[in-house]
Amino acid sequence: MARLASLAILLAAWYVGSALAGEQMLPSPTTVAGTIAAEARSGDLVFNLAVTLTRVFLAFALAMTAGTAIGLLMGRVMLADRLGDPWLVVLLNLPALVIIVLAYVWGGLTEFAAILAVAINKLPNTVVAIREGARALDRGLDEMAQAFALSRWKILRHVVLPQLAPYLATAARSGLSLIWKIVLVVELLGRPNGVGFEIGIAFQLFDMTRILAYAMAFVAVILAIDTLLVQPLERRASRWRLRTA
Amino acid sequence: MAVSGERAEVLRDVMFGLDRGLIGVMVGPSGCGKTTTLKIIAGLDSDYQGTVVRPAAGKLGVVFQEPRLLPWRTVEDNVRLVAPGADPARLATLFQVLELTHHRSHYPGELSLGLARRVALARALAVTPDILLLDEPFVSLDDALAARLRDELGTLVDNRALTTLMVTHDVDEAARLADRVFLLSARPARVLVEVPILTPRAARTEADIASISSEIGRQLSAATPPGKL
Repeated sequence: MARLASLAILLAAWYVGSALAGEQMLPSPTTVAGTIAAEARSGDLVFNLAVTLTRVFLAFALAMTAGTAIGLLMGRVMLADRLGDPWLVVLLNLPALVIIVLAYVWGGLTEFAAILAVAINKLPNTVVAIREGARALDRGLDEMAQAFALSRWKILRHVVLPQLAPYLATAARSGLSLIWKIVLVVELLGRPNGVGFEIGIAFQLFDMTRILAYAMAFVAVILAIDTLLVQPLERRASRWRLRTA
Repeated sequence: MAVSGERAEVLRDVMFGLDRGLIGVMVGPSGCGKTTTLKIIAGLDSDYQGTVVRPAAGKLGVVFQEPRLLPWRTVEDNVRLVAPGADPARLATLFQVLELTHHRSHYPGELSLGLARRVALARALAVTPDILLLDEPFVSLDDALAARLRDELGTLVDNRALTTLMVTHDVDEAARLADRVFLLSARPARVLVEVPILTPRAARTEADIASISSEIGRQLSAATPPGKL
């Protein structure tokens, strides 16, 4: 109930702000909604959303897979940690913009460079999160698995990954929110389509309505994904924790 | 074999043999290296000099001091993880003998320590091991429950002629279960003496056990210099 009230207040504030600042500066929710509808009808909105989301998922998959593998390695093998840590620190502190620009300069204005740039931005955060999880792994369970001569694959799947689940969930949650923000920048800087590209064009034309329309539509989609996909997965993975003696 | 850790020498001269189908029990003061020896035999610790001779391709069943069950799997799934090909009927009997039938779908978080220990035992037995290794499996259980589990273990091992090596600091427990008792000194450990017990487990009376216990105690204090235990 409080959430709905809060959203209602936000909407009301928007209306008031729009009335005060004028349609040019801050279009009213009605105007924006109208533009969203128009873009949806013409198919442009759906296309751009689809293209952007594809980039988000590809970068996410890349960053999560590589990040988990590296994080696991660094958390379990001291040598890997000592070797990789300096690189990690550099990457963590390298501004997103620098990584993106370098990727475009070295890789050309290609799709590959774009997605790679986004993934590299997310990678160090994932590594750090998973490394923490790997460090916290129960050695007793490792020993048990070893004593019963379980295969490496079985150990990974049944002993290690379930323990990493909360760390994976955190990395996924924060990662998704980081990635879609960077995807928009990547699109703005060097791609011919997508939500970021559209916002860039609208910016050049000073078309506030279009900017807000695309922004709102995108946020709505991300929220939907979070509620319908990410949260249920998180709950399922934590089911066993709720049952205690 | 001699084991040197980074800072301490844990075992100096531990040498013993156990024939097939017998229960061997290692007794010694706390911290003397019994668990280390067990881990070496289980292949979990390779920081030692010496040899471990086990039947080739022998399957191991290990019961650790803590149950070490996977909390995200049910009792049944924990057992099936290590014994995927186990015959369902045989598993059902095993659960029944250890009184776990009603708990098959429970998660480890819902079990008491005694129950969890029984599940760990069921898991070790489910793989039909050639060698069973137990590290102080009944410690910190209440006396009645521990006594019951000891009896169950004795019966299970006898029925399957399982070669078993158990670690304990409880001399009475050794007297009840062992065919051979290996007394270890304090760290760095040596095998002080080997005490064979020839009366079959099932035939041991309380009087027998009392006399065996005091015999072990006597041997232990005779072989250990005063102040060393």
